[in-house]
Amino acid sequence: MKEIKAKEITQAVVELVRQANFSLRSDILSVLRTAYKAEACKQARKNIKAILDNAAIAKKNSLAICQDTGMPVVFVQLGTGVKISGDLKAAINKGIGEGYRKYYLRNSVIKDPLSRGKPGFSPCIMHSDIVNGDKVKLTLLPKGFGCENKSQLKMFKPTVEIGEIKKFIVEAVKSAGPDACPPYFIGVGIGGTADYSAVLAKKALLTRLTVKNSKLEQDLLREINKTCIGPMGLGGKTTALAVKVKKYSTHIAGLPVSVNISCHALRSASVTL
Amino acid sequence: MKNFHTLKAGEEILLSGTIYTARDQAHKRLVAAIKNSSRLPIELKNAVIYYCGPTKKPKGRVIGSCGPTTSSRMDEFTPLLLKRGLRGMIGKGARSAEVRDALKKYKGVYFVTYAGCGALLSRHVIKAKTIAYADLGPEAICKLEVKDFPLIVAIDASGRSIYGQD
Repeated sequence: MKEIKAKEITQAVVELVRQANFSLRSDILSVLRTAYKAEACKQARKNIKAILDNAAIAKKNSLAICQDTGMPVVFVQLGTGVKISGDLKAAINKGIGEGYRKYYLRNSVIKDPLSRGKPGFSPCIMHSDIVNGDKVKLTLLPKGFGCENKSQLKMFKPTVEIGEIKKFIVEAVKSAGPDACPPYFIGVGIGGTADYSAVLAKKALLTRLTVKNSKLEQDLLREINKTCIGPMGLGGKTTALAVKVKKYSTHIAGLPVSVNISCHALRSASVTL
Repeated sequence: MKNFHTLKAGEEILLSGTIYTARDQAHKRLVAAIKNSSRLPIELKNAVIYYCGPTKKPKGRVIGSCGPTTSSRMDEFTPLLLKRGLRGMIGKGARSAEVRDALKKYKGVYFVTYAGCGALLSRHVIKAKTIAYADLGPEAICKLEVKDFPLIVAIDASGRSIYGQD
């Protein structure tokens, strides 16, 4: 059995905090550059240029890409052949707190959702999967709430036509409109249960954009970009930069569909120990 | 800022001067203070509010990353602040019909700026100081001196909007 110390987990999370908040993923930068070249609308081009400039300034000066450094969401893939010496959850939250403090990121997390109170850095949201092997994979997604607020879930009938599902997803983007920092990345979760479809939608945002799109993803992207919301909501053909769908088995009586919208500043970083 | 009322929706300007950050909780407190006739921590007359909660200030910098947050969450508080003399707001996204009507009535202007570009915008802030509600952390009210801060007029003092709502 491979042993990993809790301290190593904490150190790894601190580094993920730095990477995710200061450097946009190369696949994200690549679709932004492609969109900049393809966009005909002047205002839209200007906005995408600002997004690219912002990413360069953030990386060069170790500044947060966006001031909303999010509710930190950590995905853990824990191999059954790994023994963690210490408290895994505490080690991850410690890494979040240390990293956010060290890199002057924003304390956006409040302890109690009703009484609110003074904001801090943790706890993060943690999703864990048990997998085969002797490795631990940690992925951090700092999720801003301007876009998280636009998430939607609908429990469809099992007899629904695919067109109805597509319409729901496109309407979710339309209702986000100019508010949640378009151009967007759209994560869609189809199947499972209500809660699981929402997790799938969020996990879909982690899919590398170099992975070939399915027909459904292509159709959705085309439909969403017909809305002409555009960067900053000021028009143009770039309303979404990508749509990624994750599916899972579901029950004969239902068809849950969740939509999780990400702003253009889709930030994530992963490490395997 | 004297000439805000002459600006037209869609016009781009570079703003230099004083603005105040205030977002959700600060708005709730400002409105409660007005309703209780308590003293306000900022003079609203002719003021510009920026819907922003910056990251912590890194060493050697004026401010951290400081882009706009979603304006519509402040809609319910905005008409009263405009009535009390607020002149401009900076944020991102659309506003309610009530806010548009209040902008028209009180001759205010709503601006948007590059959303999700907080690192870029931090370069246009030359001074920053927390002046009220420090207990709110990133939601405290900060007085900012900005230089050539890039803005687009989203709703002008005639109620015209770049988002095309009627």
